[in-house]
Amino acid sequence: MKRDRTVALVLGSFVLLAIAGPWLPQWAMFIMTVAFARGLVALGLLLLLRTGLVSFGQALFYCLGAYSAGALGRFFGISDIFVEMLVGGAVAAAIAFVLGFLLARYRGIFFGLLSLALSMILYGLLVKTEALGSTDGFNILPSTLFGARPGPDWVRYTVLLCAAGVASVAALLVHRYLQTPLGRLAPAIKDNEIRVEYMGASARHAVHVKYVIAAALAGIGGALAATTVGHIDPEMAYWTTSGEFIFIAILAGTGNVIAPFVGALIYGAIHTMAYDVSPNTWQMSLGAALLALIVFLPEGLWSIAGRLRAQWR
Amino acid sequence: MAIVLQARGLCKTFGAVTAAAEVSAAIEKDSVVGLIGTNGAGKTTFINMITGYLKPDRGTIAYEGRDITRLPPRAITRLGICRSFQIPQLYGSLSVFDNMMIGIGIVLRNAGLAGYFARGAAPVPGFGRAAHEVAEHLLGRFGLAEYRDRNAQVLPGGARKLLDIALTMVAKPRVLLLDEPTSGVSAEEKFGIMQMVLDAVRAEGATVLFVEHDMEVVSRFAQRVLAFYDGRIIADAAPQAALADPEVKRYVVGNRA
Repeated sequence: MKRDRTVALVLGSFVLLAIAGPWLPQWAMFIMTVAFARGLVALGLLLLLRTGLVSFGQALFYCLGAYSAGALGRFFGISDIFVEMLVGGAVAAAIAFVLGFLLARYRGIFFGLLSLALSMILYGLLVKTEALGSTDGFNILPSTLFGARPGPDWVRYTVLLCAAGVASVAALLVHRYLQTPLGRLAPAIKDNEIRVEYMGASARHAVHVKYVIAAALAGIGGALAATTVGHIDPEMAYWTTSGEFIFIAILAGTGNVIAPFVGALIYGAIHTMAYDVSPNTWQMSLGAALLALIVFLPEGLWSIAGRLRAQWR
Repeated sequence: MAIVLQARGLCKTFGAVTAAAEVSAAIEKDSVVGLIGTNGAGKTTFINMITGYLKPDRGTIAYEGRDITRLPPRAITRLGICRSFQIPQLYGSLSVFDNMMIGIGIVLRNAGLAGYFARGAAPVPGFGRAAHEVAEHLLGRFGLAEYRDRNAQVLPGGARKLLDIALTMVAKPRVLLLDEPTSGVSAEEKFGIMQMVLDAVRAEGATVLFVEHDMEVVSRFAQRVLAFYDGRIIADAAPQAALADPEVKRYVVGNRA
């Protein structure tokens, strides 16, 4: 049997980042933290993609997480990064639990478009809501950690470390979940839902559970992005944001729970460079990159790991 | 003998087509029953109604005295009525072994032995062995051990059929419905497959209903035959008697004989 190094790889990366972190430039820390936030959303998408579902609406939960974090500061004066992530994830999961009763009935394009429509409803609501800053959104209080406010030189590093920690735990939990009988149903539902039902399992229930997990991850990611960037606006629920997450998930591939974070980091790098080179046409560069990827690496970046392993043997 | 499955007055129409008209049958425990009839006679509709895929317009189905007429397929499966399919329903992107593990995982989960973080290491109910051992055991019993790591998508026809039936066995069915277990399989393979399936089923202990078009297979393996025609059961007897029935000869065996 193939040895599974995922746990070691996740823990190793975390320790390495914790040690090397303080020497990283501020901008790199920022890009990495945002990558962790986006990676969390893409991790949820991985779960859905393995089940054969493409959600064009993960921005809904990303934005819910972000606004939950923002509301904590604006209305309750809370800016603890862990509380923000916890509440962001919980709010997203609760909403997904309710929406799941509807969405778990649908597959394919219907699931995709329905999820997109729901995220656009949130966008529409936020744009019209003056109390939440309407189209401008509002600023988020600087992050604190267990009541302490890290010094200005250490804020970025602290947030990065928290992000890496949460991302590692999330990746390991999803990794574990994928090995359980319920988690392993994902490819079975993708392949043959009728058979799943005739073997005594409810495909709808399994999809519902996965949808809620994916939403919770997106909510945590949204809260993290909010506290990192320091500002939130309705754009976070816009369909192009969902598109970015799908881009990352496809770029990464669904082979391993680490892939979404690698994908998000590379996406962030491409995005930053494309914007640097051509501020007006960066979407075109990004599109070209995706096109090249689909042609040359249809199974995502993670398939490179598989090829390398095959060569070493 | 004890009655395990009882259908009473089942009716089902699809528009102008009558798929079941007052179908009644009582199936004895541990018997092997062959369902025969031309295409469209109502055999698969009968199976689909028992397994909950179709709800009858009228009539009831009782399993061990319990009314199961309105239950969804997964609830019926959990009670111990499992089915295979005319066209094998497999998890095409997974290996043969993983196909079995999916099924065993569902059994573990339904027994409350696997949750969100438990990998399902507990012994499988009904087998008293670990999941991977049960998978190997059943693959061996159905002669699929050599295909263990092959993708289910690329199996030869006979092996696909056998895997489809092996998948039903993980739940320790007490009633097994086989929809044309030998269709799409070469003539030489037919008897071997039926023999293997029935040996395996007997070893695990289950009542079997199978749909079959080959009368030689029916007379060799069935203890009792239900002959369908136009949504009705026109004969219900031991194979020799049923196949000799004039109506069966005319409508079912027909010009094949």
